[in-house]
Amino acid sequence: MRKEKLNILESTCVPLTLENIDTDQIIPARFLSATSREGFGDNLFYDWRYTGSGEINKEFVLNNPKYSGEILVTGKNFGCGSSREHAVWAVYDYGFRVVVSSFFADIFRNNALNNGLLPVVIPEPDVQKLLNLVREVPGTVVRVNLIERSLKIEATGKTFAFEINPYKQECLLNGLDDIDYLLSMKEKIIEYEKMKGY
Amino acid sequence: MSQKTLFDKIWDSHVVHSIEGGPDVLYIDRHYIHEVTSPQAFKGLEQRGIPVFRPSLTLATADHNIPTKDQHLQIKDELSRKQVEKLTENCIRYGIELYGLNHIYNGIVHVIGPELGYTRPGMTIVCGDSHTSTHGAFGTVAFGVGTSEVEMVLATQCVLQTRSKKMRIMIDGELQKGVTSKDIIMYIISKLSSGGATGYFVEYSGTTIRKLSMEARMTICNMTIEMGARGGLIAPDEITFNYLKQTKYFKENPAANKEINSRGELKSDPGAVFDKEVSISAGTIKPMVTYGTNPGMAVAIDESVPLLEKQNSKESVSFLKSLDYMGFKPGEKIAGHPVDYVFLGSCTNGRIEDFREFAGLVKGRKKAADITALLVPGSKLVEEKVIKEGLLKILNDAGFELRQPGCSSCLAMNEDKIPSGKYAVSTSNRNFEGRQGPGAKTLLASPLTAAAAAVTGKITDPRELL
Repeated sequence: MRKEKLNILESTCVPLTLENIDTDQIIPARFLSATSREGFGDNLFYDWRYTGSGEINKEFVLNNPKYSGEILVTGKNFGCGSSREHAVWAVYDYGFRVVVSSFFADIFRNNALNNGLLPVVIPEPDVQKLLNLVREVPGTVVRVNLIERSLKIEATGKTFAFEINPYKQECLLNGLDDIDYLLSMKEKIIEYEKMKGY
Repeated sequence: MSQKTLFDKIWDSHVVHSIEGGPDVLYIDRHYIHEVTSPQAFKGLEQRGIPVFRPSLTLATADHNIPTKDQHLQIKDELSRKQVEKLTENCIRYGIELYGLNHIYNGIVHVIGPELGYTRPGMTIVCGDSHTSTHGAFGTVAFGVGTSEVEMVLATQCVLQTRSKKMRIMIDGELQKGVTSKDIIMYIISKLSSGGATGYFVEYSGTTIRKLSMEARMTICNMTIEMGARGGLIAPDEITFNYLKQTKYFKENPAANKEINSRGELKSDPGAVFDKEVSISAGTIKPMVTYGTNPGMAVAIDESVPLLEKQNSKESVSFLKSLDYMGFKPGEKIAGHPVDYVFLGSCTNGRIEDFREFAGLVKGRKKAADITALLVPGSKLVEEKVIKEGLLKILNDAGFELRQPGCSSCLAMNEDKIPSGKYAVSTSNRNFEGRQGPGAKTLLASPLTAAAAAVTGKITDPRELL
């Protein structure tokens, strides 16, 4: 099934200056009982966005009117913990299209790529600089170019290169889906099964 | 001939096709599913109008969402009930075997797969659950996947995966009394950090590992994901095969014994090269306990919460936020801290050996008055053994009750939530903020340390009670 294409994105950023943000924070387990993929954005970072009594937590960055945009910049090891794809659905459904960090948990990264959410990895010191800049200058516009695999701070022209598997790059650029690809491999899969004597 | 790691041997024999500059098409021998991460995958098949390609290679259970009391009654929470019903509906529709609620083989997906013999050496195994790494204890390449990948496996029995880097962790020497496999893996995670093995598949080896039971090996592979690794595995040996011979699958399929005769192949070659090697001396490990909000934030039970000066400056914000959540101060002693709840269970420590250890320590003692204990077997078969082996009587005499199987308080999707602000010593795998309920404060530990807390009402070194 075709997904939304991703190519060039220009946006302001939301700085989330914590490390090791796990999928239980991104979407707490008690919100996982749904049987569809939609609507998880409302509960993104729920326990940080709201206080124990259900009020808006003004301290949390998503509730700070200074910051908005389609790019989330965050500390290392984002998305660690559970394999729940609901975490990616929540980030995407909220409106983010790109997450920038110095590294992502493996399963989260795969899930993101399978859902049109681009995980951009740049070196740790650069993430820190970007976080500081975005925090201090909330209107900072960043341009993410998936074709050139680059992230550019518009105001300064400072550009960071990032890597992405060419196959996955192609999928994101064209809105293609792994399942379509695997379905096209059916004959080869059956051949493999025969060879292995399954 | 080139020297290969066990991981590469299994991986290579399952590659259907390699995409140039991209991932491999990897064939999956065994697929486990549960109610939480499968409904959207089945919906995807429905939208595409395609069937499940190899339904006999998928096994389903309901575990995450189910109550651990009065399982014969209807599930009270409407959304949970619907999700469990949806799984049943999907399994019937697509011809998938389901060990659902009240089935004699029901239980946590990573407990029942191995105990029934569905997990076997040399296999590739996936499940929409990060703790799929557990199955690596049998010499398999097993890893957690997202729901899109669950859909891929249902549709084609394959996933697209990039090969991981390889790490070997050698653990040698004798363990001290009162130190368990849970302490080994918590020690390793505390050294490598919660993201320290990201991008790697870990093989555990060494004299300590060779002596461990299958239950103990599963605990280690289970928590391998908590340092970011894709999975963990241990080469199979006599202990593995003796365990498997007792399982349902091997009893029903005598021919399966032949399958394990080719076991000589299933180990890393002596000259195999790993991208990273770590060496650990088992004798230095003490009972471990976490003090923060990720599994890497752990110390030996007789140590204190680390000082702020020990933290990297850019990590200090996260460190202080974590301690603030837990109500701990840098330098504070952990032993002696009062505890409100104790949870024995989960895919990490919900097996029969864990109940034997817990019961062994509480035998002849009494549950501390202020402790609420949740003792949740990992499966119906574990529950049955707890009763048959006389452990239930020991537990009851000490003032504990046994609940019914499920994931329970590990992720608190059901009613088994730890109330806000309460401290829980938990044998599960994650001490993330709110994991066991909003505001709950989790300290991860072994079943022995959990038992010590349950009878003393505070964090207690189990070695003092053995």
